[in-house]
Amino acid sequence: MPPELLRMIIAAVLVVAFVFLNAMILGYMERKVSAHIQRRPGLMEVGPHGVLQLIIDGLKLIGKQLVVPEGSNRFLFRLAPLLSFAPCVLPFVVIPFSKKLQIVSMDISLIFILAMTSINVIAILVAGWASNNKYSLFGTFRSVAQAVSYEIPMLLSLLSIILMTSTFSLQGIIAAQKYYWFILVQPLAFIIYFVSGLAETNRAPFDIPEAESELTAGFHTEYSGMGFSFFFLAEYANMFTVCSIATVLFLGGWKGIPLPLGDFTGIVWFLLKVYGLLFVMIWARWTYPRVRFDQLMSFCWKYLIPFALANLLITAVVVKLI
Amino acid sequence: MVYGTFTEVFFYLFVTLIAFGALVAVTSPILMKAVMGLAMAMFGVAGLYLYLNSPFLALMQILIYVGAVCIMIVFGIMVGYTPKQLAEYAIGPKNTVLAIVTSLLTVGVLAFALVKTQWVEVAGAGAGDYSLAHLGETLMTRYGLAFELISVVLMIAMVGAVAITWNGKRRGIK
Repeated sequence: MPPELLRMIIAAVLVVAFVFLNAMILGYMERKVSAHIQRRPGLMEVGPHGVLQLIIDGLKLIGKQLVVPEGSNRFLFRLAPLLSFAPCVLPFVVIPFSKKLQIVSMDISLIFILAMTSINVIAILVAGWASNNKYSLFGTFRSVAQAVSYEIPMLLSLLSIILMTSTFSLQGIIAAQKYYWFILVQPLAFIIYFVSGLAETNRAPFDIPEAESELTAGFHTEYSGMGFSFFFLAEYANMFTVCSIATVLFLGGWKGIPLPLGDFTGIVWFLLKVYGLLFVMIWARWTYPRVRFDQLMSFCWKYLIPFALANLLITAVVVKLI
Repeated sequence: MVYGTFTEVFFYLFVTLIAFGALVAVTSPILMKAVMGLAMAMFGVAGLYLYLNSPFLALMQILIYVGAVCIMIVFGIMVGYTPKQLAEYAIGPKNTVLAIVTSLLTVGVLAFALVKTQWVEVAGAGAGDYSLAHLGETLMTRYGLAFELISVVLMIAMVGAVAITWNGKRRGIK
């Protein structure tokens, strides 16, 4: 077997394993953090402090029957979870976990990640449409309108960093933060990116596509078992991707104070930063109430986009002057 | 030479993907499925760009056609009809004639361009250079027309989606 092929197989297995592990960690984290925010113990039964609960949950989901609702389009209904999951795994291939640990080093890795995450919207559309359920369809409308709107401030805020570094390579952007993190010079871009990231991943307070009090579960109402699990995995993989882009672009990526861990120092710092941001995401979900749809749209178009544009303009002028 | 045949396989794979996706797009009576076929064909085209060693174009293809145009079409359709109405929507003979004429004209123009163009192998100065400065310069000078046409494509997609919905409403399909 050629070494390159072997390397690719190992990388693929590792990436998929990490996506599952990440979903387990985040699922546990979410339930535990929400429990403590609401002053209750949360998961306690399976394993010490319930750490094994997610494994049991995973087994339960695998064992469940897959129900295709009557009158729905069987093929598209089955296709949607896979369509949602596959592109969410691909960004992990280019994420720089440390100086050496990056599966493929591309000059345009940032564009690669953005292209892959844009496919997720299609999966949501297919899922909502194929379910033949009004709640799913409403959830889909909201989700797509939201994702399409919030992509604009997100890209604009990323663009100000690109202007400063003039590279799309994630390693290049990390290398450009040699003396200071970009969050210090671009705090507004970071806030805009993070808020848009919350909306892009359909997280509270922007989780109206799956607002359970009005839409049951939005676009994945009709999905059971592994169909639902794939959406769940995709959501957590997407959250990880959003936070790792934020880490790379604003928080210096894998750079940090040297630890006596050799090559693992970078990985430890990177994961610490990413899971720190993910903790903030979960924290925000259990702290703020859900916004109304018109509030969500006007917040994006009237505040985030103008501020992102102004930030971009100022960045361009400053970069030109220096 | 083994490596060469390996990449050839990919070429035919992508071409098959394009042909299959295009067939699904034009034959499926369910519009949602048709758009999925279109997305599949677009992925195939992106694959061809990769085969031609141009990852930047491949990613742009996915971002613009799959990520924006397909979604815009689906969204336009979904706002206009319910799934049941879409399933019952029949294509009249007038549409068929117009569609045949349009596709023949498109094929004719493309074939004409294909035959008439004098193909030269261009290694291209700075190939593989994806720095912002290089990309911006080439997009604004050498590929300025293509760059501008991308925005026209997006506008056509938007207008097309509105037109599909509009037509249905006028014919009394509510």
